[in-house]
Amino acid sequence: MYKLEVVAGGKVFKKDGQEVVALQETNMQIAKGKFVSIIGPSGCGKSTLFNMIAGLLKPTSGEILLDGQNIIGKSGRVGYMLQKDLLLPWRTILSNIILGLELKGVSKKEAENRAVPLMEKYGLGGFENHYPGELSGGMKQRAALLRTLLYDQDVILLDEPFGALDAQTRLKMQTWLLQIWGDFNKTVLFVTHDIDEAIYLSDEIYVLSPRPGRLKEIVTVNIPRPRGQDTLLMKEFVDLKKKLLGMLKEDQEKIE
Amino acid sequence: MNSGSNNIAVSKTDRLQENKLLRVKKQSVIEDPAQRERRTRHIALLGRILVGFIIIAAWELFTRIGLLDSYYWSNPSTIVQTGWTSLTEGTLLTDLVYTSGATIIGFILGTFIGSLLGLSFWWSDLYSRISEPYISAFNAIPKLALAPVLVIMFGIGFSSKVILAFMMTVIVTALAAKSGVHSVDKDLEKMLFSLGAKRSQVFSKVVIPSAMPWIVSSLKINIALALAGTIVGEFISSRQGIGRMILYAGQIMDTNLVWVGVVVLSALSILMYLGTVWLERFLLKGRPQ
Repeated sequence: MYKLEVVAGGKVFKKDGQEVVALQETNMQIAKGKFVSIIGPSGCGKSTLFNMIAGLLKPTSGEILLDGQNIIGKSGRVGYMLQKDLLLPWRTILSNIILGLELKGVSKKEAENRAVPLMEKYGLGGFENHYPGELSGGMKQRAALLRTLLYDQDVILLDEPFGALDAQTRLKMQTWLLQIWGDFNKTVLFVTHDIDEAIYLSDEIYVLSPRPGRLKEIVTVNIPRPRGQDTLLMKEFVDLKKKLLGMLKEDQEKIE
Repeated sequence: MNSGSNNIAVSKTDRLQENKLLRVKKQSVIEDPAQRERRTRHIALLGRILVGFIIIAAWELFTRIGLLDSYYWSNPSTIVQTGWTSLTEGTLLTDLVYTSGATIIGFILGTFIGSLLGLSFWWSDLYSRISEPYISAFNAIPKLALAPVLVIMFGIGFSSKVILAFMMTVIVTALAAKSGVHSVDKDLEKMLFSLGAKRSQVFSKVVIPSAMPWIVSSLKINIALALAGTIVGEFISSRQGIGRMILYAGQIMDTNLVWVGVVVLSALSILMYLGTVWLERFLLKGRPQ
């Protein structure tokens, strides 16, 4: 059985009396523990897809199955991290990280006992009582991801989490994310604009195409792990990059 | 001759250069900003006290030499004397308790109920839209003009003053809280829902804290409005209170006593303002600066 399945999931909006297809009926089958990236130009339905899986948006058609169970319209079944860190500015980093557990009804003390070792292990030790405003962009994204992790769902959706970071920090965060993914054995869905990032991180890449948003192709990444800086120079990496660039270019030309 | 004048010219430029150097040196003296800040603060405090002293001294002096008519303007020493007499022999103290009590109770009720009203608009867009014109209409009514009706409705006792103070504050707070509710980051709400939060949890963990600075910003205006409401209530009809005392003093043309009332009210107003500053700090406790 697949961990997460989207069966003919599609979404149609109405705008000014006209029907706009945000996402044509799409099928996804994601095995447990996989790292899957979704790339595509804006308007390809990435956010729609994520919001549907997160239960924040109901699909017009199709089913979304988590461990074989339908989770349409049910929020809180998967971890979801948005592009912005969305830390509550009036809470300390520690009390931001335990927010998910707090909402589940876990006692504050127990939640903190679980959060503090994680913070220490993943580069936020000593920042427990700082406020988000005092941290750098990379640190805030770490905190946001730890909040999602601590919420403890098997599937985690990451919507361009490193989009706003500079190149250096970004590379560091990618390695950090791979470490976490290895440690926790989560199934990750990762939206990005960055082809390098998608290849470097993923087992599979779903290429989406805009107007109407639809799934264009599924590309398997056969580069062995663990991956490092050298991976970016390997022949397989470069070949795959060429292929993906070609696909995205077609769409770009179509839009123009 | 020539060389002499040249010498003078040279020494002049030398001096100019020296001056320039001195000026540069003076500017580049390193100063601790914290120390400078502290010194400026001390000087400002001294200046403030001095200005206050000059105003009071001038008031006293001008009324004594007849530049200001002391019948209208009274003067500081007489005000203190009259104040002391009404404090020890009159009803100044009970009047003060009466007025401040009505103001504070009205302020607390108005702020609390106003906040609840404003925050409630988060729950339903339809309810918020239907209420909108009525909130604006109620805000537009000059509440003090309703005072005579309210006194008839609630009697000449304490409660009519509380109601007036309440009416003055409730809508201001409700509007502030409403703005706060509208300013809540939709993505924060979305993030909480994605963590499986119920609406009530989003309300308590995101909406209330987001709106809090807006509510808090209305406190300082509200305390002054509440005091104005109470005093007008006392003007209209009352057996006690500073407002009644001022009205009575005016009727018997005791300007000294009117001034005592004004001074006491000003002091009360400052005190309550400081109270709201403390309340602000309390309500925003544990937040970053």
